[in-house]
Amino acid sequence: MSKIHVSTTLNGDAAEFLCDPSASLLDALRDELGLTGSKEGCGSGDCGACTVVLDGEMVCSCLVFAAEAEGGTIQTIEGVAESAVLHPVQQKFLEHGALQCGFCTPGFIVAAKALLDRNPDPTETEVRYWLAGNLCRCTGYDKIVRAVMDAAAELRQDRPSERTPA
Amino acid sequence: MNAPETMKQFRPKEFRHVGTRPVRPDGVDKVTGRALYGPDFKAPGMLWGAIVRSPHPHARIVSIDTKKAESLPGVKAVATGKDFPTLQSLVMHVGEGASDIVHVARNCLALDKVLYEGHAVAAVAATTPEIAREAAGLIAVEYEELPFVLGLEEALAEGAPLLHDDVFTKGVDPKPDKPSNASMRVEMGGGDVEGALAGAAVTVTGRYTMEPVHQGYIEPHACVASWGGDGQAQIWCSSQGHFAVRSLTASVLALPQADIRVMPLEIGGGFGGKTTIYLEPVAMILSKKSGRPVRLAMTREEVFRATGPAPGAVIDVRIGADADGTLVAADVEFKYHSGAYPAVDAGAGVASAIGHYKIANTRVVGTEVLCNRPAAKAYRAPGAPQVNFAVESAVDELAGKLGIDPLELRLKNAAVEGDPQTSGVPWGRIGWVECLEAAKAHPHWSAPLGPNQGRGLAGGYWGNYGGPSTVVVSLTEDGTFTVTTGSPDIGGSRAAMAIMAAETLGVPYEQVRCVIADTSSIGFSMVTGGSRTTFATGKAVVEAAREVKQVLCSRAAKMWNVAEDAVEWQDGEMVCTAGEKEGTRITVAQIAPRVAFMSGPVSCVAGINAAGWLPGFGLHICDTEVDTETGHVKIVRYTAIQDVGTAIHPDYVEGQIQGGAVQGIGWALNETYIYGENGKLDNPGFLDYRMPVASDLPMIDAVVVEVPNPDHPYGVKGVGEVPIVPPLAAVANAIHAATGKRLNSLPMSPDRVYAALHPEG
Amino acid sequence: MPSTAFHAPDSVEDVVALLAADPTARPLGGGTDLIVQMRSGRLAPGSVVDFKRIAGMTGVRREGDGFVIGAATPCTALKADAALAAAWPGVVEAANLIGSVQVRNRATMAGNLCNASPAADSVPALIAAGATCVVAGPSGKREVPVQEIPVAPGKTSLAPGEFVVEIRLPARPEGGGDAYLRSTPRTEMDIAVVGAGVSLVLDADGTCTSARVALGAVGPTVVLVEEAGKALVGTKLDDDALAAMSRAVQAASNPIDDKRGSVSYRKAMAGVLARRAALIAATRAGAKA
Repeated sequence: MSKIHVSTTLNGDAAEFLCDPSASLLDALRDELGLTGSKEGCGSGDCGACTVVLDGEMVCSCLVFAAEAEGGTIQTIEGVAESAVLHPVQQKFLEHGALQCGFCTPGFIVAAKALLDRNPDPTETEVRYWLAGNLCRCTGYDKIVRAVMDAAAELRQDRPSERTPA
Repeated sequence: MNAPETMKQFRPKEFRHVGTRPVRPDGVDKVTGRALYGPDFKAPGMLWGAIVRSPHPHARIVSIDTKKAESLPGVKAVATGKDFPTLQSLVMHVGEGASDIVHVARNCLALDKVLYEGHAVAAVAATTPEIAREAAGLIAVEYEELPFVLGLEEALAEGAPLLHDDVFTKGVDPKPDKPSNASMRVEMGGGDVEGALAGAAVTVTGRYTMEPVHQGYIEPHACVASWGGDGQAQIWCSSQGHFAVRSLTASVLALPQADIRVMPLEIGGGFGGKTTIYLEPVAMILSKKSGRPVRLAMTREEVFRATGPAPGAVIDVRIGADADGTLVAADVEFKYHSGAYPAVDAGAGVASAIGHYKIANTRVVGTEVLCNRPAAKAYRAPGAPQVNFAVESAVDELAGKLGIDPLELRLKNAAVEGDPQTSGVPWGRIGWVECLEAAKAHPHWSAPLGPNQGRGLAGGYWGNYGGPSTVVVSLTEDGTFTVTTGSPDIGGSRAAMAIMAAETLGVPYEQVRCVIADTSSIGFSMVTGGSRTTFATGKAVVEAAREVKQVLCSRAAKMWNVAEDAVEWQDGEMVCTAGEKEGTRITVAQIAPRVAFMSGPVSCVAGINAAGWLPGFGLHICDTEVDTETGHVKIVRYTAIQDVGTAIHPDYVEGQIQGGAVQGIGWALNETYIYGENGKLDNPGFLDYRMPVASDLPMIDAVVVEVPNPDHPYGVKGVGEVPIVPPLAAVANAIHAATGKRLNSLPMSPDRVYAALHPEG
Repeated sequence: MPSTAFHAPDSVEDVVALLAADPTARPLGGGTDLIVQMRSGRLAPGSVVDFKRIAGMTGVRREGDGFVIGAATPCTALKADAALAAAWPGVVEAANLIGSVQVRNRATMAGNLCNASPAADSVPALIAAGATCVVAGPSGKREVPVQEIPVAPGKTSLAPGEFVVEIRLPARPEGGGDAYLRSTPRTEMDIAVVGAGVSLVLDADGTCTSARVALGAVGPTVVLVEEAGKALVGTKLDDDALAAMSRAVQAASNPIDDKRGSVSYRKAMAGVLARRAALIAATRAGAKA
């Protein structure tokens, strides 16, 4: 079976790749495009470690065929920090110690940013349900939820706080 | 949200860095996706591997035909168990517990028999992952199916299928003359248990059961191996101990350890499950045969079917007390699943059962039981949560019978420094009573409860560990420092090492960077496990940093032409304290560019076998709300109190406590291995192996109690394992408080709770 | 291992032709079941046919007072449609219990229906609501009640070459309300142990004039329990009526013992969930009457 040529916009730049017809978008990101920030924890949509934003909506990239991304716009963890400065969600994960091993962290950050992009003032319950598709085995979620709430509070203020260069 | 985390400190002195919460040095790479984990590494020219696994729980391998696979274009190598060298039995202590290398090798690739569904029998390497998977499907394995056994009591019954004909029960005198599925028996205690139970005013008796559970790390196992024609090899993998990967891989392949260099990649969770090897020697064999680097990685399904779960258990408990609540006798007997090969959790289980109480008459017996399940591996406080569930449930029941508050009953009987453990060895400076007092004073303990709600508590402990670690602290040419360790950072330990180095050196935290070196770049270090790293490797960091100070002071003395003892280290500076140069100072940054050209670079090694570790104790309070119509249990409030000695970086200490508590809550409520009658695992994925998700939980209030360890320069005891011990019983006791029903079997899933509440069906 | 071809045609006719040409071919909407089944080896289709690029396949449109939902419409888009969410909250909530937000941003009700799992969350709610679906195939289009699609676990009544192109919900009746509840061990990311969808209509004085009750995971397919609906009609949903409905629900339940639940627990939960769902539906009916 010959490979399929796919053209996308990836983290703001044009990106093309070849993929097997049955390859997932996650396979293409990791193995064809060298972006290993999106992780495969399960390959069945049950852990969220591969979360990316495709055409404006967060998805499990393991549950999307790479070929489906033709013409699509993809944002991965590698594109979350803008202008070489961490996004507030990334910054707050660091400040709250909201990661231990860090393997699930990219998926959580992409998902949390997707939440705050549409809901600047979520309740704790809204944060918990929004992030229910992302498994973390290290933290018990406490510090993750606090980091996301804190990032939301900061994003609601106009003044950008001090952030770490990415 | 609940109140923010609180800390209760008993430590005498103030620190500059210890106890602060700086950003971890590896943080930016981990929030931007740049950090490389086990599955992320690729080598040029690398082949992709796949493993063939047994569909049967127990079978003899009659033949393996690899011809079709080998002739598939793109296939470069095939491996079976026959590719391992002939091995003699050799017990190695590298991970958490001992393993016989013959069993380690057979678990990586079966030789004569498969012992569980999912047991690896062959492997292939090919130019693409698709070809590798296709080739794996072409390997024809002929099996002769054998009777299998999954259950603990079934495996011990007369006539049960025997897994190994060369395993005789250890710990039994005289040595048995027949092989057995009971691989080990451990017994501790003393006094007259039967007499004391007979004389007790109140006794409780119970049997508690559970199936195995998995560690549930999100990163599946993966490695790349490259074995060159000169016999030297490199392995890139994530693990809790790359030295353990090296020694186990070298042993099963009969290679000199110096010929293998293991590169530690970032590790995506382990919880004890990554203290052994599964893929590395197989990738090595495939690499040697193909002449190319080979990558092997597991799917989630393979992780569930073939990597170590924690043992399930059957636990019988009898406890007796006087009318005033004094515990007079405890008899605990349990059996744990070893799975396919002898395992060792029973030893720690016996030591972790009832030692937190002063009881004059005790008998604790643990038996390891072989059965046709994946080989059990360490899981966070291995062996302790199971038996603690039984003991702390029974103590709660006893409190009810006695009409004594369960916290007061625990306080009345709590062991303190000097009291004997179950082994007879006296406890050191433990903080169990301090945890109980902190619970009593915590607002959670006296907060009102709503309808259908109940409050439970449970306490537990873990011995912690020390052991060998190597650390190098080096001065750079500009006066900053590097700390090099051999201890994988699984949850922020680089930050803890940098804090301890900065504290010792009296320099800013940002001027110390910590890296984890490969096995050829630093001396031996034990696994990151047993809650040992911040204690043991931290101790080595302090020792090496102290030596750096000493060397630098002597350099300054030489430079100033004064006696060595006339120079002191003060806040990161060298100061002359005597003679005509008295008061002269030089900063590290000033002296650093020169030192290498004076008497050579300053780089100090501490290779230590850290002694003086102390156990950690915890007390958890749990509020549940039970939907009595459906059996659903909601955790509405949870407080985890723990003595950690000293919290070096409190964020990561609290994080360990919160994460451990939630793993325990998952174990209590929903996690369990489900096997079908065909001996096959029925829930090998995150959908039906139900780990808690964010919406299942409240905030976990972590209360850090600090009763410092006098044998660590900053008082560290160790944190990671204790918090998974109390939750099973804390949740069970809370359900009992809410409903009046005691669930003795895990998990306490909605259907089980419903059945307890509606016995009529 | 046979390879899978990937097609993304731009007309319904092309999809039908591709599906008809290869009986193993599978239509691809959200893909959240299909990809998992392919990866696990349960399915090895000769091709997958992505129909999302066809005009009208994604989105909700009004037709009269009813709703037409394109087969590729993700579950989260249903929630975003305020009119649909107000008219059929039970259906929209059911669809938004599937998986996680990530999954629901891809997963569709049509896929949930055609995957033919007895535990599908959106299907009891759709059946209770009296939804239909439009099926395209070699002989054109036909409209069938939703409950006629699944025939057994993993099996549908669709003929070779056929696929569901849209789901249709009627106008919300005057005084109508619906609800769906499920029982799962976890709060999210789970498969229904039992699911119950109820849609009913109350008249001005609160008497139930019609009711439909459908159950998930208590038999080989989602079942419409007509006796349960009848038990509510003519009542004001008093305790006796609800108890009668629960008994009818339990009588119609014929579940299996499996890793997700036992027979006895499933039967008991069917009764509890149907009663609770009926009360929510009634509240909604009252609130909207």
